[in-house]
Amino acid sequence: MIATENLQEPVQAPLAAEILSAERIAYLEGLVQQARTAAAVFSQFTQEDVDRIVRAMVLAGLEQAQPLAQLAVEETRLGVMEDKVIKNMVATEFAYNYVKDKRTVGVIREIPERNLTEIAEPIGVLFSVTPITNPTSTVLFKCIMAIKTRNAVIFGPHPRAWRCCSEAVRIMYEAAVKHGAPEGVFTCLESPTIPDNTYLMKHKDVALIDATGGPGAVKAAYSSGKPALGVGPGNTPVYLEKSADINTAVVDIIISKTFDNGTICASEQTLAIDDEIYDQVLKKFADLGAHICDEPETRLLERTVIDPQTGFMQPLAVGQKATAIARFVGMAVKPKTKLLIAPIHGVGREHPLSVEKLFPVLAVYRAKSVADALKTCVDVNHAGGLGHTAVIFSRNDEVIRKFGEVINAGRIIVNSPGAIGALGAVYNDLVPTFSFGCGTGGGNSTTDNVNIYHYLNIKRLARRTQNHMWFRVPNQIYFNMNAVENLRHFPSRSTILVTNPALEQIGHADIVRRNIDPATHVHVSVIPDAEPEVQVILQGVEALKFYQADQIIALGGGSVIDAAKIMKLKYESPEADLEELAAPFLDLRKRVVEYPTEKTNHARLVAIPTTSGTGSEVTPFAVLTDKARGRKVTLADYSLSPDVAIVDPQFVMSMPKGLTADTGIDCLTHALEAGVSSYASPYTDSNAMQAIRLVFKYLPIAYENPRDEEARSMMHNAACIAAMAFSNASVGVNHALAHAFGARFGVAHGRANALMLPHVIAYNAAVPTKFMPSPYTQGYTAHKKYATMADLLGLGGHTVEEKVTNLIAAIEKLLDQLEFPRSIAELGISKEEFDRAVPELVKIAFEDPSWRSNPRMPLMKELVELFGKAYEGRGLAKAGGSPRQQTV
Amino acid sequence: MAVIAVFLNIDQHRVAPALQEAAEKLNGAEGEVILDFSSVARVDSSALQAMEELARKAEGTAVRVVLRGVNVDVYKVLKLVKLTRRFSFLN
Repeated sequence: MIATENLQEPVQAPLAAEILSAERIAYLEGLVQQARTAAAVFSQFTQEDVDRIVRAMVLAGLEQAQPLAQLAVEETRLGVMEDKVIKNMVATEFAYNYVKDKRTVGVIREIPERNLTEIAEPIGVLFSVTPITNPTSTVLFKCIMAIKTRNAVIFGPHPRAWRCCSEAVRIMYEAAVKHGAPEGVFTCLESPTIPDNTYLMKHKDVALIDATGGPGAVKAAYSSGKPALGVGPGNTPVYLEKSADINTAVVDIIISKTFDNGTICASEQTLAIDDEIYDQVLKKFADLGAHICDEPETRLLERTVIDPQTGFMQPLAVGQKATAIARFVGMAVKPKTKLLIAPIHGVGREHPLSVEKLFPVLAVYRAKSVADALKTCVDVNHAGGLGHTAVIFSRNDEVIRKFGEVINAGRIIVNSPGAIGALGAVYNDLVPTFSFGCGTGGGNSTTDNVNIYHYLNIKRLARRTQNHMWFRVPNQIYFNMNAVENLRHFPSRSTILVTNPALEQIGHADIVRRNIDPATHVHVSVIPDAEPEVQVILQGVEALKFYQADQIIALGGGSVIDAAKIMKLKYESPEADLEELAAPFLDLRKRVVEYPTEKTNHARLVAIPTTSGTGSEVTPFAVLTDKARGRKVTLADYSLSPDVAIVDPQFVMSMPKGLTADTGIDCLTHALEAGVSSYASPYTDSNAMQAIRLVFKYLPIAYENPRDEEARSMMHNAACIAAMAFSNASVGVNHALAHAFGARFGVAHGRANALMLPHVIAYNAAVPTKFMPSPYTQGYTAHKKYATMADLLGLGGHTVEEKVTNLIAAIEKLLDQLEFPRSIAELGISKEEFDRAVPELVKIAFEDPSWRSNPRMPLMKELVELFGKAYEGRGLAKAGGSPRQQTV
Repeated sequence: MAVIAVFLNIDQHRVAPALQEAAEKLNGAEGEVILDFSSVARVDSSALQAMEELARKAEGTAVRVVLRGVNVDVYKVLKLVKLTRRFSFLN
């Protein structure tokens, strides 16, 4: 607290050890050993034990508040006895009031909503350096904090305050031990020296250094390599703004600046006063017993109470009365003068009184404006007061807030005395303390008022949290033959029907049109049958705007429905930036970019699929191509999901065989991947399993007999059901591989999926090289879920391994039935060309978000192996079974 | 040299005296001393001092001192004062 406490200047440790005699080292070792044993024993105490001891100590401290204050003043010759009594009482009674109901042993806090439990762990042995300015109060306070937290303390008081501090320690210790505290819980260094301090600060069994004192002590603490609370000097700026209650402000400043003769380092040092009230304020100060220095007196003070060499205050002046200082410097003042006020014209070395002055001398500055006052306060703050304390008197909230923003201080005291305000619990709700954390500005680790929580290691039991999950699908899904008739139930003034040329040509668009309420104006927007491009989307949005559409019907495959989803997004939220919305994310709930929620037109999107695979009619995904930039953009958000899905098989009856097979296998892959996804839930599982069952039963029939209405209908349902599963559980590594491969070699998505599928199942069913972190799954279950799928399909097998093998065989059989190429080689791609492409394919696959819900985390070399297997093909079928499975 | 095999139940209320008794048996002996801490819920400074003394004495003999049934709270205290490495433990 006193910048010139040269006793506590840092000393290098080796030097300290060399200086200390063997006897002194043995003495210090004895203290540490004693404290370590006490701390260990103390660790067994309960909250009730601790609270009983603390209460007894507080009562003892209160009882001795006055004798200790008297002793402190006699020994240190600093401060005011009456004020020191108050300090001792605040250090005990107010501290007790703060800590008495706080838990500091065992479980100290339960946070059920976060599944967290906080548990207190004592620190052990503390070495505590205490100052000359607030000697006994600091000791009393730290003793209470230490006992409340079950720590042992070795005190290293300022040598010129040793007698009063050791007496305070004795009083606390005797009260504590009498009520059950372990012997040796407090000790006080006899005849403390700097080498003693340095030795203890570096001692391996001292767990924490709590240094309250001058910059030397604080720096030594932080240089020791030990965890430290180093709380040092300040330089408190105070701003008296013109809107303030001047009477209150002046009295408060006098209270603070004269309290214990200004020894509290949070007291006001330089006061900036608005020009408009400057004269009035000074008159008020004078009326209440302050002496306003004239120019020569100010010069005199500068030369005498500030050391011209160091620029810091003279230790002799610290804690002295205003009259004593005046006498010392040779100034004539009235006998009852409380405070010397010295006008200054700036801050810095050329204005010596703008530094910290722990005595009743206050520098004042006439500020020309609010900006000038704030800048002056910032200057004072940066002239030795960073992180410490600042004070403002104002009724203007805006000015107060601005002051808080520009001043770097752990405590910014508003409309109250700085010194007592900073101590906490008297004028405000700050935590009571005798150690002011000054943050990094003051070389400290905290800006807090140091308290019990800084004397604890707080451990957190973090229980596994079951994050909430979801199952979100359109709230209206109509299915079976002629489900399109339900369109009549949706009122609309103006509907845009988005479709592609082929569907327009074969009359599907007419079927839809006939089922729309005749009163509705229907406009058809025909878009190319390809992944939608940005330009196509924007044209569609223009049409929606032009016709003021309140309903969009998407009739088509995945491309058309995706286009309609994005058109709707841009129609409802014209500001939506598609590029930004496509930003990657790991968890939907924590994504950086949020989709717009404000809707301009509230149009309804009805999706009518004409293929049985993508399931886009219920998914929250949409893919578009940005031709100008040569890239695909994938959008994912539940706001993209259509409002209504109509799964009417009449629109798929004419699907060609190849498309039936491709889309059918896409559907199967969705279900298989959602089934083992790390995001799978009972809700998605039920859909995934049902879709798998339907595909195995009906896809071969739909492929062989395209006019089979039941098979077509069930496959159409399967695609939608599988999509409901993967809309909520996502897909996996199969899709990542297929996306990369399909795009590079122009292979249809379903076909690309089929080439990977048997290999990916074998891969996921084996013991992972790397498990995927997932709070949603309990253990590794992919192989068991594949076995369940095999059971569902009645594939037989006794063990999980056999069932997985049978599932793979059944899929291979299905692929054969669908006449799929079974290897990449069969597509006519040469081995050389493929091998050249593999590094890029792996890179793209690894960047694909699809695998992030895969049960097994793929390594890049494993992706190379999977591509290799897909190239060779039929690996498992040819080998007569899957690789040996290991149970996880 | 006396070969000893001592089994002592340590009473929660007289941990230090019991340890001092055990320490006395170590003089010039070899063998094993098993101290049953099952009924010791807490240790105080005097107990730790006695354990320190016992460990010191045992280190000068061929006697192995085994602490049995030490509860985890007491074990943690022994850990904090670095006494665990000077004894053997048996659950």
